[in-house]
Amino acid sequence: MSTPVAAPPDILRIDPALETDRIVDHIRRTVFTELKRKGAVVGVSGGIDSSVVAYLCARALGKNRVLALFTPETDSSPDSLRLGRMVALALDIRSVVEDISPILKGARSYERRDDSVREVVPEYRAGYKCKIVLPNLVDADRYSLFSVVVQSPDGEIHKVRMSATASLGVVAATNCKQRVRKLMEYYYADLLQYAVAGTPNRLEYDLGFFVKNGDGSADLKPIAHLYKSQVFQLAAWLGVPAEIQERLPTTDTYSLEQSQEEFYFSLPLEKMDLCLYGRNNGVSPSDLAPVAGLSPEQIERVYGIIDSRRKAARYLHAAPVLVEEV
Amino acid sequence: MPILIDELRAFVTENFLFGRTDDFLTDDASFLENGIIDSTGLLELIGFVERTYAIRLGDEELVPDNLDSLQKLANFVSRKLAGGASGSASAYGSLAASDAEPIGVRA
Repeated sequence: MSTPVAAPPDILRIDPALETDRIVDHIRRTVFTELKRKGAVVGVSGGIDSSVVAYLCARALGKNRVLALFTPETDSSPDSLRLGRMVALALDIRSVVEDISPILKGARSYERRDDSVREVVPEYRAGYKCKIVLPNLVDADRYSLFSVVVQSPDGEIHKVRMSATASLGVVAATNCKQRVRKLMEYYYADLLQYAVAGTPNRLEYDLGFFVKNGDGSADLKPIAHLYKSQVFQLAAWLGVPAEIQERLPTTDTYSLEQSQEEFYFSLPLEKMDLCLYGRNNGVSPSDLAPVAGLSPEQIERVYGIIDSRRKAARYLHAAPVLVEEV
Repeated sequence: MPILIDELRAFVTENFLFGRTDDFLTDDASFLENGIIDSTGLLELIGFVERTYAIRLGDEELVPDNLDSLQKLANFVSRKLAGGASGSASAYGSLAASDAEPIGVRA
């Protein structure tokens, strides 16, 4: 049985004022009453999700009880820090810059990543840039296999399929970035008796687009129930700077710019939003097709990708397993 | 062919089922649908096939029709060894720069 679908703006439209009130109330109760902490640390990346969380926390807790933490590293875009500072300035909240490059160098994160890239691109060395990408999974039945894209200092770009060990090595080494960021967030949380506010949206949380014990770790996740387009609606209503609202969502993790679409979601985020909504609400591919601007066959494949990502995300969400309940 | 399937089954059993000889690993059981192999496991399987049978699998060949069960994989490898599958059989080599696909030059 098929389910009727409204036009895209209606499906995912929220009342931003009401939703803000609901989330703000939730943050206040969670931080002050349940967790008994004095405020919140927000890792602000200059992207829309962390900016919205910073705005919500400032409303909920007061501007003097929110710390914006910036954690740039060697591969970060300079825009990230500039836009993060824009948020802190607009909200008049305290902010701290912690360059995490020395920690990552100490942990040999860059070196380990580069060694893994060299497994498949032997000439890769200083001055080269890289990112990892997935193939287009929507237009044909393909496997979700990573390739590495490298750019030589003279600008030549090559794409090479990863081996299993290279793929695991690159991901393991770069995951250190998210884990070190979280380490610094909890340093300030301990120092100030604050809670750590996580910043995943629903796509990221539900489909496992986060690092376990890295950006997946937090004391509260105030926008994890919101589709990406709903985060944009809140951002507009809250007055997040236009430049942040218009910025292409990137991972800001690799030296070559990498969109979230090519790294994980395989579709523009607004279409992924609609497909996740369709999957969650039992909408048939043929009913969703005209709304999402995709064919029923493409949507069938995206539903398969969603199921597969959720399966993989179970491990990421899992709490430590005990022998018996304690 | 039976020898090939047995070799593939031994690799899958050892690496993805951790030695369990589950009944569902029939010749036609889908690796993905049965949760036997994920995408990283698939890269391990591709590496095993390339090393063991000295063949090179092209990106366009990495589709479920070729790889998603012991039988499909055995059929595919047999065709490659006979030179019949797309992308002729060749000596295995690492994915070095010479194999890399150029995709453009920075503007």
